[in-house]
Order: sequence, then structure tokens, then C-alpha cells
Amino acid sequence: MTNTLVKKNNTGKYIAIICLALVYILAILLDNFLPATSFTLMLIPVLQKGAIYALLCVSMNLLNGFTGLFSLGQAGFMLIGGYVYAAITIPAAQHDSVYQYFDSAIRFSIPEILSNVIGKGPGTIVGVIISLIIAGLIAALFAFLIGFPVLRLKSDYLAIATLGFAEIIRAVFQWEGLGAITNGSNQLRKYVTLSGMELNFGSFTLELGTLFLFVIVTVCVALVVLLINSSYGRALKAIRDDEIAAEAMGISLFKHKMISFIISSFFAGVGGALLAMFQTTIQANAFKSAMTYEILLMVVIGGIGSISGSCIASFLYIALSEWILRFLDEGSLFGLISVPFFRDGFRKVVFSVVIMIIVLFFSKGIMGDKEISFKGIGGLLTRLKNKKKKTAPAAEAVSEEGEANE
Amino acid sequence: MSNVLHVENVTMQFGGVVAVNNLSLDIPEGKIVALIGPNGAGKTTAFNCITGVYQPTSGLVEFMGKPMVRSTPKGKMKKQYKGQNKELYSSQSVIDPNPDHITKLGIARTFQNIRLWKSMTVFENVLIAKHMRAKQNVFSAIFRANAKEEKRMREETMALLQEQGLDKFKDELATSLPYGLQRRLEIARALATNPKLLLLDEPAAGMNPQETQELAEFIKQIRDKYNLTIFLIEHHMDLVMKISDYIYVIDFGSKIAEGVPEEIQNNQRVIDAYLGVADDDE
Ligand SMILES: Nc1ncnc2c1ncn2[C@@H]1O[C@H](COP(=O)(O)OP(=O)(O)O)[C@@H](O)[C@H]1O
Ligand SMILES: [Mg+2]
Repeated sequence: MTNTLVKKNNTGKYIAIICLALVYILAILLDNFLPATSFTLMLIPVLQKGAIYALLCVSMNLLNGFTGLFSLGQAGFMLIGGYVYAAITIPAAQHDSVYQYFDSAIRFSIPEILSNVIGKGPGTIVGVIISLIIAGLIAALFAFLIGFPVLRLKSDYLAIATLGFAEIIRAVFQWEGLGAITNGSNQLRKYVTLSGMELNFGSFTLELGTLFLFVIVTVCVALVVLLINSSYGRALKAIRDDEIAAEAMGISLFKHKMISFIISSFFAGVGGALLAMFQTTIQANAFKSAMTYEILLMVVIGGIGSISGSCIASFLYIALSEWILRFLDEGSLFGLISVPFFRDGFRKVVFSVVIMIIVLFFSKGIMGDKEISFKGIGGLLTRLKNKKKKTAPAAEAVSEEGEANE
Repeated sequence: MSNVLHVENVTMQFGGVVAVNNLSLDIPEGKIVALIGPNGAGKTTAFNCITGVYQPTSGLVEFMGKPMVRSTPKGKMKKQYKGQNKELYSSQSVIDPNPDHITKLGIARTFQNIRLWKSMTVFENVLIAKHMRAKQNVFSAIFRANAKEEKRMREETMALLQEQGLDKFKDELATSLPYGLQRRLEIARALATNPKLLLLDEPAAGMNPQETQELAEFIKQIRDKYNLTIFLIEHHMDLVMKISDYIYVIDFGSKIAEGVPEEIQNNQRVIDAYLGVADDDE
């Protein structure tokens, strides 16, 4: 009995690992070995952007869905992360050409420094990882500082305060006075992007951009999942369900809200940095509150309080908005029948209607507050297998117990 | 015998309403003490002042002989104050702890209108109350560096649920339980914080006579088993008279009587205050 249980629990793990491995292999294949068709040329950026938004949604869900804090500062923390990342990865020699009107204050590049130590390929990759962590930490530091005044506010006020914070950050980053770091209202560019993630083996270059992104996002999401399933995660959910009861059971509201806010902002910062890598240039003006609303929308579509929902929704949303619905803008149906009202902007109309329908009729989102469980899938497979062996009743009991244990 | 809780001249004024007026009481260790009074008398507000939900306008609360809450009228309240003893604590520093601090010191409570965490199971509801005393920080929790601690929390939770006869419902949503069991669960959750003093706000509300009967036994049992001191608000007079060692009666925020059950039963002021509302099981 116990043996079967252990075995079954591992099945879930194996399935998760196999799925991940498949995704990683696909990423390598797409970047290196599959022929560049119009299909793959669309698929790669959609997968990349989808992964980045998955992280951004998960980070926002931690705060809004699991802690019950209605915060709208996402774009601000992404902006901080993106700018910090860009500023510390622009190669030293490029600073004068990037900071045309300012005397750049940061004259080093972390990936460059590491490249000199351990070689170009690995040095860049490790340097980028360190830079991503620094980007996240600086965003988290800002969260810590503004957390003191804003986390004492009630829900609606918190939303307004964080929204205001994001807008102020956007203005400050465009201010000439900080030009030596932010380049004023000009964009930052020439920093290390996803295409810089590569390893050389003799004359062969292995492109690792997509894989790198997927691995970073998986690690970040896994950390959030670990947090949510820990004692602290349960405390956050208790605060969401009933603050007064949580406080009466010894959970410090301020401390736990702060933890959630800092961790969420850390990952928003990392997500912003990844977005900067993806876009190849970054400009503060683009981080408008509409960006936050878009992420919030994905969170709602996926299900508030569901990590897997957030991930599914972000890929779906990005694929629909950037790719699948594109034909609506192009004047014809499958390139065959020309439809007069399929023209620029019509995609956005259809998209908005789809979203309205989802929000109106499926207000719990795709997943509600449930999660996709690999253990559950494992249990399902075992059950199917066992049914074939005609030992169904015993197996049923075991797998049910396994699910309860989860 | 020492007093676990000592409340001295506590006044709670909301705007112009004095909900608790100059209340003083003592709760000796190991006893069951009741606070009774008509609806709106200020009983729940008194609990909220003791547990840090409200900062009293004025007054002192000591727990285990140490000052835990201390307050004096401030700001606008200096002019508006209608209670007594305005200057009593003005020379001393204000102590205004959050409810979680007070719970950590060893006071746990239940709520008049049950406040269980509704998206969570019976098991999780009790498990979360163990979080406060867990030896871990957020990093060790994320990286599972202290798996023993988590295991201990789960085992203790399971043991507590078994003791309370709630283990068969452990995977059910807390709010799917019948009303009586929800009240039991709320008490179990409070016990999970390892309190010295347990405050129960109308634990028998909504229970039938049979359940109320059982509850009386239950309260005595947990008092003995966990070495508790119990302070409860209750409307069911037979329950109060049966289990209380001492009773305080308040009306319109002020204490109108105190004594052992026989004294209270024969007190004319109490009988007057309760006339017409004696059977109000709300
Ligand atoms: N937060 C508050 N703001 C204003 N008035 C309050 C507040 N809490 C309680 N009161 C008032 O205090 C009085 C006592 O209420 P309460 O303590 O709930 O009574 P009881 O528990 O004895 O039935 C009531 O008149 C109530 O309206
Ligand atoms: Mg009350």
C-alpha cells in the first residue's frame, strides 16, 4: 500500500519532468535546428513573450490572488527591473553611443566582466543571470520602501497608491536629471538580449535564447509555487480569506503582506528585465498602466488564485493577440475570401469582445482557483492502466488516497 | 492564586458612543469566567479591546502580571471624552499592540460571527494557526530547509483534530460543516495557538439545547486538558450558571454586577436588565 503510494507520487513528478524536458528540447530545436518558416518565425516570439507574461501574471497573482492585496504597481516594478538590467549589461564600450546626451554613470557590464573571467559564452549567461537577480532585488527594494506607507492602506486605496507609484516611476525614469543612469526619455539599447545567449563549440554556435528564457521562468514560477505551498503561503491565503481571523491567529498582517509584496515585486522586476531582453530596446514611456491592466486581465482570465491558470492564460492571450487573430487585420479569411471589414484594428475589436465575454460569463476564469496537478494526471494514467488490468477497485482506492495526500 | 488577566478602567468610545465604560475585571488562573449582558451592552467590544482589535480610548490591561495594553485619551478625544478617569494613564507610555502580538503572548479567541477561512479545509484552518509558533523564516520555508518543522506542525494539527473529534472532516471545506461543528473547529483553531487564556464570544449561539449541553462539558474538558483559563460571553443562562466560577454583568458598557452564579441569579439589577431579553438567543 505505502509502496504503491510512493510510486504513484513519483509518477506525478516524472510526468512533470518529462513535460518540462520536452518543452526545453522544443526550445532548443526551434532556436537551432528547425527550418525558419513563417510558422516558426511567429511561434518563437509568441512562446517567448508568453513565457515572460506567464511570470508577470504569476507574480501579480501572488499579490492579488493569493494575498488579496489589490495592487496595480506591476508596470512600475517591471520598469525598474528592465532598466536596471539594461543599465548593467550594456557593454562598457557602447555606453557613449547609447547615452548620447548624457555622461553615463555606469561604466561596467556584468556579463562582460564575467566573460573576461570564464569565457564569452558561459560568462555572458552567468552574468545575465546575476544581472536578472540584481534587477529583481532593486525592484524588491523599491517595494520594501513604498510598502511601509501603502501596505497599511485598505484595498481600493492600495490600488490607487500603487498605480500612482508606477506612474511616478515612469515619469522619474524619463527625467533628465537621472539621465546619467536612465538616459532620460531616450531608450536604452545594445544591452545583452536573448540572442546573446549562445555557446560556441568550435565553429558551431548553439542558440540558447528561448531555452534560457524558459528555464528562468520555470525556476521563478517554481519558487512561487514552493512559497504558496509552504506555511507562509497558507498564511497569505488566510489573510486573503479573512484578515481579522488571520491576525487573531497570530499572523502579522504587515509582515506577511510585506513578504508577499517584496517577492511579487522581485519577480515583476525579473519579468521586466526579461521583457527588456526580448524587446532588445527599452523605454520608460512604454510602461503605462495599460500594461498592468493587461496582466491583470490575463490573471483574471486564467483564474485568480491559480498559478497554472495564469500560465495558460498568458500563452493563450499572447498567441491570440499577437498571432492567431492577426488575419482579422489582413483583409481576408485564410487568404482566400476577402472580407472588407477585416482591416487594421478589427483584431482589437474582436479581441475586446472575446475578453468581455470571458469576464462576463466565465468570471472565475479558466481554472478558477484550482491547479493542474501532474499527480492528478499520474493518478488518471494509473487508473486507466489498472482498469485494463481489471484490478480497478483496489487501484481506485489507492489513487484517491494519493490525491488527498497531495 | 494569581490573575491571568487584569482589566482596569477600560473605556472604549466610538465618536459619541461609549461602548465600554470604565470596565474593571480580573480573571484568576484556571477559572471559567463569564461576561454577560443584553445585546449591545459592549461585551464583544470589551473582547476587542483585550485582544488588540481596538485600542481602548483609556485604560489598562495586564496579562500574566505585565501591562499588555495601556491607553489614554488623545487628540480630538481629549475634548470629546465622556468616560471616567481621563487622566489616570496620561503620564504613562501608551501600549498598543497588534492582535497578533497578543495572540503570541498566549491569548486566543473565537468570534461571535464565525470567522473560519472559507477557501480552506478543516485541516488547513487548524494548521495555519500553528504558523505563528513555527521555527522557520520565509526562505527556509520556500526551500524546504526545515521539513521537520512542517512535519511537526502537521502531526500536531492531526492530533488536535483527533482530540476534538474533527479528524473525519479534515479534508472538507471548513464552511461546509454544520454550524455546531464550525464553532468547535473555531475553538480547535484557537487551541492550536497554544493559548493560556481562551476568549469565547457566544460559543453556544445557534446551537440547540442538546448541543449546548455538550458544549458545557466540552468547555470544562478543554480547560482541564490544556490548563486553560476561559473567559466567555454567553446568552444561554443555564450554560453560564452551570460552568462559570465567576460572572461579570455589564449593561450599556458599564459593569452592573459581579459575583458567583448564585449571587448573580438573585441580583435585582441583573434581573431588571435582562427582563424581556432573557430568552434572546441571537
Ligand atoms: N467599530 C464600532 N464603531 C462604532 N460603534 C461600535 C463599533 N463596535 C461596536 N460599536 C457599538 O458598541 C456597542 C456595543 O456593541 P457590542 O460590543 O457588539 O455589543 P455586544 O457584544 O454586547 O452585543 C453597540 O452600540 C455598537 O453599535
Ligand atoms: Mg457581541
